[in-house]
Amino acid sequence: MEDKGTFWLPPQASTTAHEIDALFNFILWASVVVMAGVTFYMVYYAWKYRRRSHADRPVEVHPSKWLELSWVIIPSLLVLVVFFWGFQTFVSAGIAPDNSYEIRVVGKKWLWEFEYPNGSTSVGDLYVPVGEPVQLVMTSTDVLHSFYIPSFRVKHDAVPNRYTTVWFEVKEAGEYQVFCTEYCGTSHSEMYAKVIAVDRGTFNEWLQTGGGGDDLPLPRLGEQLYTQQACNACHSIDGSAKVGPSWLGTWGEVRPFADGGSAVMDANYTVESIVAPQAHIVQGYENAAMPAYPNLTERQLAGIVAYIREINGDWSDEDAAAAAASDSTAAPADSAAVPAADPAAEPVPAE
Amino acid sequence: MSTVATAPVRTEPATRAYPPGHEPVHHYLLEPGPGPDVRGFARVWPTIKAWATTVDHKRIGVMYLFTVSLFFAVAGIAALGVRAELMNPGSDFLTADQYNRLFTFHGVVMVFLFIVPSIPASLGNFALPIQLGAKDVAFPKLNLASYYIFLAGASIALYAIFTGGIDTGWTFYTPYSDTTNTAVLPMTLAVFVAGFASILTGINFIVTIHKMRAPGLTWNRLPLFIWALYAVSIVQILATPVIGITMLLLAMERFLNIGIFDPALGGDPVLFQHFFWFYSHPAVYIMILPAFGVISELMGVFSRQKVFGYRAIALSSVAIAMLGFFVWGHHMFVSGQSPLSSIVFSVITFLIGVPSGIKVLNWVATMYKGSVWLATPMLYALAFLFLFTIGGLTGIMVGAIGVDIHLHDTYFIVAHFHYVMMGGTVFAMIGGLFYWWPKMFGKMMSERWGRISAVVAFFGFNMTFFTQFVLGSQGMPRRYFTYLDQYHDLHMVSTVGSWFLGLGLLMVLGNMIWSLFRGKPAPGNPWGAATLEWTHTTSPPDHHNFHRTPLVTHGPYDYDALFAGDGSGDGTGGDGSAGRVPGMPAPVPNPEQGGPQEMHKSVDLGLAQPKSKHD
Repeated sequence: MEDKGTFWLPPQASTTAHEIDALFNFILWASVVVMAGVTFYMVYYAWKYRRRSHADRPVEVHPSKWLELSWVIIPSLLVLVVFFWGFQTFVSAGIAPDNSYEIRVVGKKWLWEFEYPNGSTSVGDLYVPVGEPVQLVMTSTDVLHSFYIPSFRVKHDAVPNRYTTVWFEVKEAGEYQVFCTEYCGTSHSEMYAKVIAVDRGTFNEWLQTGGGGDDLPLPRLGEQLYTQQACNACHSIDGSAKVGPSWLGTWGEVRPFADGGSAVMDANYTVESIVAPQAHIVQGYENAAMPAYPNLTERQLAGIVAYIREINGDWSDEDAAAAAASDSTAAPADSAAVPAADPAAEPVPAE
Repeated sequence: MSTVATAPVRTEPATRAYPPGHEPVHHYLLEPGPGPDVRGFARVWPTIKAWATTVDHKRIGVMYLFTVSLFFAVAGIAALGVRAELMNPGSDFLTADQYNRLFTFHGVVMVFLFIVPSIPASLGNFALPIQLGAKDVAFPKLNLASYYIFLAGASIALYAIFTGGIDTGWTFYTPYSDTTNTAVLPMTLAVFVAGFASILTGINFIVTIHKMRAPGLTWNRLPLFIWALYAVSIVQILATPVIGITMLLLAMERFLNIGIFDPALGGDPVLFQHFFWFYSHPAVYIMILPAFGVISELMGVFSRQKVFGYRAIALSSVAIAMLGFFVWGHHMFVSGQSPLSSIVFSVITFLIGVPSGIKVLNWVATMYKGSVWLATPMLYALAFLFLFTIGGLTGIMVGAIGVDIHLHDTYFIVAHFHYVMMGGTVFAMIGGLFYWWPKMFGKMMSERWGRISAVVAFFGFNMTFFTQFVLGSQGMPRRYFTYLDQYHDLHMVSTVGSWFLGLGLLMVLGNMIWSLFRGKPAPGNPWGAATLEWTHTTSPPDHHNFHRTPLVTHGPYDYDALFAGDGSGDGTGGDGSAGRVPGMPAPVPNPEQGGPQEMHKSVDLGLAQPKSKHD
């Protein structure tokens, strides 16, 4: 990207950004002028009329009606200009064109989920076509979130039980940072997402494959999903506890549940924890309400398991070979590494 | 040689007769001490009891001052902790949950326990009745009651903080506050209870201002500090019940599962924001209006000039108080309120910018052809002017809807309201403290360290918060525990700035403590001010403020009345010479004099300045 942004503002990546920046800059420079004036007179008067002796008797100043009126009227006019300008940008930048491409957005603690018109979904990565207006229809499943893309100058809260919208048209292909700007709890500051703007052809291709990754080996696919599905917001891979348990040092361990049972963390339990996280909660994480991921494919689940095994040093070349073989010969559901995620496949309670 | 017993030597001049209870050492801070045979706890008990049950507005003001300063210190330390954690991305010494509790603690304590009561309850309680020429507020016992209600609210808040804390941010937005398992219920109760203290103080002030002005003190002669407190009191009475009701509804929702705000129960989370800001935006003016009042006093006294546009400043306070009720929606431009309401709220928001602008320009104009004395209070007042103007102008920025969409909930907002609240209210309060301190405690603070502290705090403040404007407009969201690397440098600068700011404030604290023990005794009118608390009573004042009700013959900033030594008139004020005193010396600050104040008839009559060599 050529545009590096200015001292004050990030790069303008959407078609409406320049309108908002123009007003920002107008107010900025008007403020600089006012500020310079106030500061100048403040310092000048403080110096010029400084008290030389405590017996100083200043000259009486008669109030001037016109002077006082001038600083009622001039600021009033100035702020009205700013108001109309802000109003105009708000309207022009706030109403989506009729032909907007509509994507549904769901905010939940602490990830963004995107659903495209053809039913494809993604988490954490919002793919959009460049040069077309895109409208996001947003809601939330738990608390308030706010969808903010600094480079596009757009922001709106995602409110439970309501639909709110933002729209934008990306000028250039690239990746753009998304923040959550409404405080939503522990991992609020890591509720990131990325807008990935690609040309229409690539976008259509992506829509068909639903995110790709078919050609990746399982652990790499898992690694990709770890950030794509925003697992990293709550689970560390370095052993430190975040909102959820770390993925390092837990594989193969006996995990005590909050309700008294326990299970060994194996492929079964891991998959259950992904598709039905509330079924068995590990002690100490009772309040970390992890959202369910029922839409992941078997291969994606296998990838996450493989990735967890890999970072725990439990992923050997033989496993890789077996996985590769099953990938090429059988449907992913038959993958030896991952039994089907069946709610009936309860982990064995201790004793 | 002679050992003849003589009568005790009179140390006081025999010509000077004092009314009983008005002996030179008699002032509101001291209790008559017990005899030397009383030892141990019994020695201090009468003092404790006298202070705990006092209905003297001055003592209540001092107790408030001590209490809110304590909360300011605690919440300020929390702020330093927040900044320290933000120095680097990732977790330095706090976890995300601890960080969320810490910034909430900072916000809740600063807003509800410090800044809302700060100036009105401490400086206001102390100075308002004296500036009015009254013996006390209209309802002294109610005044004490409101202090204890405030203490009760504060205790509940501390209970909430020490039993798990609260992590919702000071705004308690639903549905997060419905679902978090932290101590939301006790905290809402605390806000509910502390609100009553605010309401009762407001009622007390309004009645006092209406009914207890000294003869001659017309509305056009009211000091601007009084006008500001009057406007604030109106807002306190009208707005505070709304936050009480809101907190009650929130508690009912959590306790009884009645769906009001929680969408899971069929409620509307945006409704909470309407309720909350219906109080909290006027509350912003509860926080800043008293500061306007203090600054008006300081600009007048230290420029020795009539405050320019007195009436405009007085009425703009009232205008701000009224308009302040109709702008709450500008906190909700991106929250899902209708675009039409956003537009209406935006236009009213701009209108409220005008009276604030008028005040700033009038204050600057006050210095014109004055005699500007750059004493510590004036330095703080000038710092206020600079910082508040930045805060106000950035308010225009975030009031423009299109721009606000980009800036909402970023560090730009954090910087904006810190410029108004901290750079505005806190700097004004410190200025006011330096100004009224001699009157409150009868001791002068160190002028040198006062000036150094003003410079250090000003520098540290800008370093801390100006960087946050840039952070915010570059997109850094607020209430973030960690952040992307691109924001690292500015966060680092901001954190280092916070240390300078902390150092500056520490100097102020040190100066206050030092002055109590080592400060030079204050003369009655060290600044040469013309309002009643300086011209008609001693430092510190008598229990009942004045020996006789003062007769007010001139405006609050008519400094020439203090100077008129041309010998014309008989000095009674009855001939239109407005209380001019023949041969009256200029009010020269003279820290060499002072000590226990002597009262003279002419002081009572308002004909002389207390405590000068000629008294």
